[in-house]
Amino acid sequence: MDKVIVGIPNGFFYKYHNLWKYYLETLGIRVIFSKPTDREIIDLGMKYSNDEMCTSLKNFLGHIAYLQDKCDYVIIPRIDNYGTNNQMCTNFMAIYDLANNTFKKPILNFNINYNKNLDEKKGLIKIGLELGKSKEQCKQAYNIALIKNNKDLKKQYITEYNKLKKDNKKFLLMGHSYNIHDNVIGRPIVEFMKRAGFEVIYSDALPEEKTLNLSHNICKYLYFKNNKESVGALELCKHKIDGVIMLSSFPCGPDSLVNELVIKRTELPILNLVIDDLSSFTGIETRLESFIDVINSKELNW
Amino acid sequence: MGNYRVPAKFLFSHILKCKILEPSAITKNTIEIGSKYSPDFVCTPFKYTLGTLIEDLDNGADTVVQFGGGCRYGYYFELQEQILRDLEYNFQYINLVTEGRTDIKKIYKDLKSIDKKFNPIKALYYLLITKNIVKYMDTVDDYIRHNIGFSDFKRMQKLNSKMLYEFETAKGYFDVKRIYKKYFEKIKAIPVNKPDNCLKVGIIGELYTIMEPFANYFLEDELAKHNIEITRFTNAHYLLFEKHKKIKQYLKNTPQITYTMGADASDNIGRTLEMCKEGYDGIIHIKSTFCTPEIGAMPIINQICKEYKVPIIFFSFDANTSETGIKTRLEAFYDMLEMRKKL
Repeated sequence: MDKVIVGIPNGFFYKYHNLWKYYLETLGIRVIFSKPTDREIIDLGMKYSNDEMCTSLKNFLGHIAYLQDKCDYVIIPRIDNYGTNNQMCTNFMAIYDLANNTFKKPILNFNINYNKNLDEKKGLIKIGLELGKSKEQCKQAYNIALIKNNKDLKKQYITEYNKLKKDNKKFLLMGHSYNIHDNVIGRPIVEFMKRAGFEVIYSDALPEEKTLNLSHNICKYLYFKNNKESVGALELCKHKIDGVIMLSSFPCGPDSLVNELVIKRTELPILNLVIDDLSSFTGIETRLESFIDVINSKELNW
Repeated sequence: MGNYRVPAKFLFSHILKCKILEPSAITKNTIEIGSKYSPDFVCTPFKYTLGTLIEDLDNGADTVVQFGGGCRYGYYFELQEQILRDLEYNFQYINLVTEGRTDIKKIYKDLKSIDKKFNPIKALYYLLITKNIVKYMDTVDDYIRHNIGFSDFKRMQKLNSKMLYEFETAKGYFDVKRIYKKYFEKIKAIPVNKPDNCLKVGIIGELYTIMEPFANYFLEDELAKHNIEITRFTNAHYLLFEKHKKIKQYLKNTPQITYTMGADASDNIGRTLEMCKEGYDGIIHIKSTFCTPEIGAMPIINQICKEYKVPIIFFSFDANTSETGIKTRLEAFYDMLEMRKKL
């Protein structure tokens, strides 16, 4: 008997990949990921998308297109909010309907809306039922997945805190997790800075419970969850870092407002990088080099 | 935003004891000032509102009231306040919607701080009248828009602005109703000779660009010259009082969408399907550049139109869009519609 294969597209839902993977594997379902973003994925994305969409969304559509004939189902949830003050960007609200109309592929979908009492647990159990598992099995699998995921998160927090204690120069990479960890958008920057001897601290790898509350010190009325995390991370470690790199994909809605506000309200050296699907790394390299010079010159008190 | 300064002025002048400064009309200068101090890829309404705020503060305003919406509109105020403070303006900023919801206690406190004699019951009474003013304005507006291409539209607009002027000085609930009836009858009395098979075009899109005539370069007036019957769905009355009911209907009736998509996106998809079924000749979709919810909706709208074979044209307005380019595209669209009708 053939096993059902579920595909998880890379990109937008980076944060939830581990949890979904553990959950589905405990249920005995094969999981495949789309390959890391590269030229092929970007071209596929451009083919299916509208010209004004943000780069991350274009790439995400490319990932779905890549998975189209490699699996039976694709997971695409719709996330509205995590409570009134933790809303998501409207792309997360539209992504399911968008994918459903563009691709003729069965989609495993659930809705996360904490205001209406729809959380992740309910959503994942709904998926399990759709795949033909019993409710008991699903609940058990969810609990196991959650424990495994929490273990991973704890490890992540510890490595991040250890990095903060080190003596060499550190900078904070601020941005949405789907941009920071992306193969095309974030990774070249991280590698370049590591080669230059910098320690990279990811804004999404710090504990959520702390960062969400701390963000109010900088932006009092901010309600976008992803941005709250990154702004909170800045507030959490602002005395321990030497500089900040803000990374966003081209016309990102929330970033366009929040980045400007953060630049106005912090005194650390800040580099604001906006990445397009056509931008070359050479241009970014030059800017990174001058940013390194700024940090070094500050230490010498020029 | 458009003519809606009239009900807003009416409301605040009655519930608060202060001088209301009427916003100056939006000009090229406004948008230039706005873009100068705005971040690079923020959506265009931000630039317009920032430009207006700066102009008003220059004219001597000391308190500013801002609303909020379902997309990034809800977060405008914090950045705008910071930008204006950096420009060394001194003022009080009141935001009626914070963090995506209306906090009545906070608004009460803010209003009390402006006027110590603020009375909530009186405010409620005037809120009711303002609601009616908005409703009457929109009914008249819709009627004019329907018939603008087929009659003496200068006279209609003159009567309309006269009515708005009288609304400003209206005394109470019944006075407003009387003014509305008087002028609506006068406007209806203007002869309309509409042919049976005229072109019918629906306008949908992002709310600010659709409601502020300057932001869409007077697109509606341009259409009226071509003898087209225009229908527009988004107006203040819809946004404030009908939306929450209608959106459920749209979600039910449209198989293409299952969830709301922020701001007006899912409403527009629902309307597109409705218009396709009703036999409209064409649809015009307008939005400001980088409007995220509408961008998410556009592929779906496009698909519905393909299915029903209804022509659609997308306009994206920015601070630097050239007026001539839009006119040319609109003319081509109009010619295409006319040719289709004849064949």
